[in-house]
Amino acid sequence: MLNKVAASVGDALAGVEDAATVMIGGFGTAGIPVELIEGLIAQGARDLTVVNNNAGNGDTGLAALLAAGRVRKIVCSFPRQADSHVFDDLYRSGRIELELVPQGTLAERIRAAGAGIGAFYTPTGHGTELAKGKETRLIDGRQYVLEYPIHGDLALIKAERGDRWGNLTYRKTARNFGPVMAMACRRTVASVHEIVDLGGLDPEAIVTPAIFVSQIVKVERRATQAGGFKQ
Amino acid sequence: MIYQRRTKDQLAARVARDIPDGAVVNLGIGQPTLVANHIASSREVLLHSENGMLGMGPAPHSGEEDYDLINAGKQPVTLLPGGSYFAHADSFAMIRGRHIDICVLGAFQVSVTGDLANWHAGDTNAIPAVGGAMDLAVGAKQTWVMMDLLTRQGNSKVVPVCTYPLTGVSCVKRIYSDLATLECTPGGLRLVDLVDGLTHAELERLVGLPVMPPPRSPAGP
Repeated sequence: MLNKVAASVGDALAGVEDAATVMIGGFGTAGIPVELIEGLIAQGARDLTVVNNNAGNGDTGLAALLAAGRVRKIVCSFPRQADSHVFDDLYRSGRIELELVPQGTLAERIRAAGAGIGAFYTPTGHGTELAKGKETRLIDGRQYVLEYPIHGDLALIKAERGDRWGNLTYRKTARNFGPVMAMACRRTVASVHEIVDLGGLDPEAIVTPAIFVSQIVKVERRATQAGGFKQ
Repeated sequence: MIYQRRTKDQLAARVARDIPDGAVVNLGIGQPTLVANHIASSREVLLHSENGMLGMGPAPHSGEEDYDLINAGKQPVTLLPGGSYFAHADSFAMIRGRHIDICVLGAFQVSVTGDLANWHAGDTNAIPAVGGAMDLAVGAKQTWVMMDLLTRQGNSKVVPVCTYPLTGVSCVKRIYSDLATLECTPGGLRLVDLVDGLTHAELERLVGLPVMPPPRSPAGP
């Protein structure tokens, strides 16, 4: 029987190795898998490279992982926010490495890893500091920059509903990076608020098909907190 | 003669006036967000948000905020009937793939030929953050900038060559500012309109650059 349901967050995150590349879904606080990040903190892996759109909001979720000193490097598009003080302090004191990637290039590099693409040319960033030292190419009169995939060891995804095969649906704009990150990692753990029987998810509406998911774990719903802007 | 700057809302209304019925539009974070409040009810405009939404609606009523439903600035919004959610790779395929008709962005500097600098003010101590700006700048069919024409020190933000780090090369089509609307062309700046009381000569003095007159409309006065 194929059953990807883990009994607990702790079970789902057993065996994460030091120096792993961990992709964490979310845009601001929407889609941040807070319970899985808390589980990763408890699990203890360190020297991590984290891929996320941002670099933590407030003191919980990704910010808590950074504050625990577990992250060596972050790959993201928009670290600086109204409430990114944990990252800001680490960055200014030289205790974390930053790779800044334009948001669409970040999404496509992750997608490329999941789709078996060796590299791709994008017009984004051509002629800017973020393309410095990268190969460029003129295609049909337009300049493009060569970008390489980002592969991950582990993806932590917040989804809404799932089944024991690992099919997933999401909620509103909390979907964001979840589907591409699930494709790009050797192992993908998703939290869901509801586990339904096989057939309980409309096959026309499944967003992440089971093939991209290793384990799912049910967590209680907590209202997503505001974050990322001055209130 | 006395001239009056456009207020932020007047500027947003000026931008909104040029957005045609049926357009798909991405409004950047900050000032461009205001444009949504000024789109005439007679026009149906589809707002795209980079974090995975088409058909974005206004802010929710107080007490109805849902932080799983936010805009690119991470503020709570709503979804209109007919709207859709999608993942990031699809959202940026819409942007890069030339499916967005117009994006409106803020700027630190714009060059006469449409180079854009809006992600980094060059301060080496600043924490850099780029978000979706570089994708939007080169991906939308038209990139419009919305900004004050002058810095607080009175220097023109329209420049011969950007001195701040670039967001995109030759990507800005129009500059909507508090004093004038300008078009960036391969041949330099072209005037679209001026606020009342500001002369063409005074505008050129303020920006320190030649500005071509608007093309003569055959039916015009």
